[in-house]
Amino acid sequence: MSSMISSPHQHDSNSVQRIMATVLLALLPGIAALVWLLGNGVLINLGIAIVSALLSEWVFLRFRGRNPVVAVTDLSAVLTAVLLALALPPLMPAWQVALGTMFAIVVGKQLFGGIGNNPFNPAMLGYALLLISFPASMSQWIQPQSAASSLDFAQAWQLAVDGVMPAAMAWDSMTGATPLSEVREGLLQHSMLSELHPDGSWSALMSSGWAWVSLAYLAGGAFLILKGIMSWRIPLSLLASVTLVSGVLWLIDSNQFASPLFHLFSGAVMLGAFFIATDPVSASTTPKGQLIFGALIGFFIVIIRTWGGYPDAVAFSVLLLNMAAPTIDYYTQPRVFGGER
Amino acid sequence: MANVSIHDFHGGLVLDDHKALSTQHPIAPVFLPKTLVVPLQQHIGQIAEPCVKVGDHVLKGQLIAKASEYVSANIHAPSSGIVTAIDEQPIAHPSGLNALCISIECDGNDTWTNLPEAIHDWETSEPQLLRDRLRQSGIVGLGGAVFPTAVKTNTQNKPVDTLILNASECEPYITCDDMLMRTDPEKIVTGAKILQHIVGAKKILIGIEENKPQAIEALNNAIDNTDIEIIVVPNKYPSGGEKQLIHLLTGIEVPSQGLPIDVGILCQNVGTCVAVADAVLEGKPFIDRVVTLTGDALAKPQNVRALIGTSIHELIEHHSGFAKACQRTLMGGPMMGFSLPDIDRPIAKGSNCILSLHEVEPTQEPQACIRCGECVKVCPALLLPQQLYWYAKSHNFDQAQDHHLFDCIECGCCAHVCPSKIPLVQYYRFAKTEIWASEREKQQSDLARRRHEFRDARLARLEAERKARLRKKKEVLENKPKAKGDDPKKAAIEAAMKRVAAKKAAQAAEEKSS
Repeated sequence: MSSMISSPHQHDSNSVQRIMATVLLALLPGIAALVWLLGNGVLINLGIAIVSALLSEWVFLRFRGRNPVVAVTDLSAVLTAVLLALALPPLMPAWQVALGTMFAIVVGKQLFGGIGNNPFNPAMLGYALLLISFPASMSQWIQPQSAASSLDFAQAWQLAVDGVMPAAMAWDSMTGATPLSEVREGLLQHSMLSELHPDGSWSALMSSGWAWVSLAYLAGGAFLILKGIMSWRIPLSLLASVTLVSGVLWLIDSNQFASPLFHLFSGAVMLGAFFIATDPVSASTTPKGQLIFGALIGFFIVIIRTWGGYPDAVAFSVLLLNMAAPTIDYYTQPRVFGGER
Repeated sequence: MANVSIHDFHGGLVLDDHKALSTQHPIAPVFLPKTLVVPLQQHIGQIAEPCVKVGDHVLKGQLIAKASEYVSANIHAPSSGIVTAIDEQPIAHPSGLNALCISIECDGNDTWTNLPEAIHDWETSEPQLLRDRLRQSGIVGLGGAVFPTAVKTNTQNKPVDTLILNASECEPYITCDDMLMRTDPEKIVTGAKILQHIVGAKKILIGIEENKPQAIEALNNAIDNTDIEIIVVPNKYPSGGEKQLIHLLTGIEVPSQGLPIDVGILCQNVGTCVAVADAVLEGKPFIDRVVTLTGDALAKPQNVRALIGTSIHELIEHHSGFAKACQRTLMGGPMMGFSLPDIDRPIAKGSNCILSLHEVEPTQEPQACIRCGECVKVCPALLLPQQLYWYAKSHNFDQAQDHHLFDCIECGCCAHVCPSKIPLVQYYRFAKTEIWASEREKQQSDLARRRHEFRDARLARLEAERKARLRKKKEVLENKPKAKGDDPKKAAIEAAMKRVAAKKAAQAAEEKSS
């Protein structure tokens, strides 16, 4: 069908590329905060992921006999790569980053028919693959503002790409638990939260710097909502649900369950709420459905974090709800104009 | 002007209206071309039946084609002259196909036929009489749907509370209603009053977009001593959509798949009101209309009064001429109009605007839908355009109907904002057409099946009757010998036995007697 013989004969100037570019722009504060916290490894992850995403998209589109230029320049592959890279531990082996990204693009996106046709969030599929395949490297998070986070670019590159450790450094001294896994491990060993964080988990988050990353994502997400690029429904219902579910648990026993504030500002909740769960292709699309979609993701995040096998749960929760999105949409069709109230 | 609250509708777009382009000059008077090509299908419903022959001399205003059914409209000669052809001609229709037209070679005298008498006492006339006049005059709704006004005003005893005059004219570029309101506000009010009398409406509301201050003022002066209420609505496309305007003015939602009359409302376009007043007060049939000639390709964009059947090409040449090369000509506005393959096509009753564009948007290849939901934000029918697109594309028409495809008014807001430049409206039209086609097919196959079943039943009945007849015949044949005895053999034996017995008896008697 040609677009021009049909009305309307005028269009506004919005484009897929512009939407993707705006989302990438909104991610900049978060990227900056993460680089500040964890160093050049973050940039290396981003670079490797972007290059492998574009390459695999290009090659696969050639295989499919499609023109790759439009797809590669629409920036959707770049966005997938960036979202995945931001969820990966810096300085993890570069080939694993590349593998995860290629899986995201080829299996998560192109095998379903390319942009617009993927039922799952491609970045989260890539993340899930890496988490299941390489649990060791996926849990080795370098300590904020440690020696590892202050490696210069060449050293970080050598470590990530060639696996060459800088002199007088060892993994054990550089990496450690994230606040989330620390709490998880502690609780599994029946410690009290008050023992783990005598002055409260929130101040621990703030002092370690992790909360600042979440705040930066929150700022970027708020910008997107104000710009009208995305609706408030998924992020807000997700965050509200995380608060509510973790709040109830916390009120039951604040020594066994982390506080809502801790849940909101640790791990990938903010990144997930504003940038991952909101991927329009794989999310629910009806207004009411988006509220349910976000709320259920939030619910599963707290449940899996608390009782599941992994410290964080954004990827699995999002993937679970991606599967449910078509059904949610079907049952939440809005009232049509003139329809019964 | 009443200070009433406006009941905003969901979605819509605030568009650059480009209306000042064509409101710089008063409405130009009619230009009489050499030939007129009058299409016989200018309205919703059945095509009109020609009632003149090639070679006939016709007078201006003479009936040349009759409404063939109830939902149809009369067509009159726009000027006097000779009928030169009744054949298929290119017309201004989205399909681009040719259609039956009556061509008239004008004699230049513009001689009127004897018009029916004016109905000055319309205020005390029977509505049926006035409706007949509208029907006789070939009046159709000029807001875009070109539905016969006599049919629309026949409310079949459904009560009408409010008559709404649609003066919104929300499509960019189009100003024919605006200029008509500035020029002829009294006639609009009179026409509205006549329509109010016909349908028995309690009140009249006029809904008009705020970008027409001069028209608002003119109407305000004209309604001076009446109880007509003018309600100014914000500029937001498609405020002129029937259901949207009703909501804006009254807060009432016309039921999905329903008609305004279901909620006691009837909408009429202001242009239609003028035609109604002309028909009732002057007996004048519908033979001309105001057309907006506009666009950046024209030297003098303006509104003109044009005879039905005038070639668009000649109309532009006569009134304006081109300033720049025309890249595309649209019939109607940029949001809902359709592009014309060429401009050697006639003006019809519904032709409100000729938009002649020099600068057109570069063609963009549609990209994939990313379900961003921009379309949901702007859809005035509260649909999920992205889902409808998905179902239309995958030919999943049941789902498309479940998602209220038929509530789509094809306003084009969704496609206007689509970042992937998908021609969404085209997909919806496609799906609607497919569904209509399959419904027709189903009706036909139902009919065929019923015919087949009827035939089977008839054959079975005939067969049964034949068998019954045969059986009867057989019975009759079989019953005949039964009257004399069943078995001839047995009968013969019995007869023989009787004879033997008789003989024996005779012998015994003889022996006794001897």
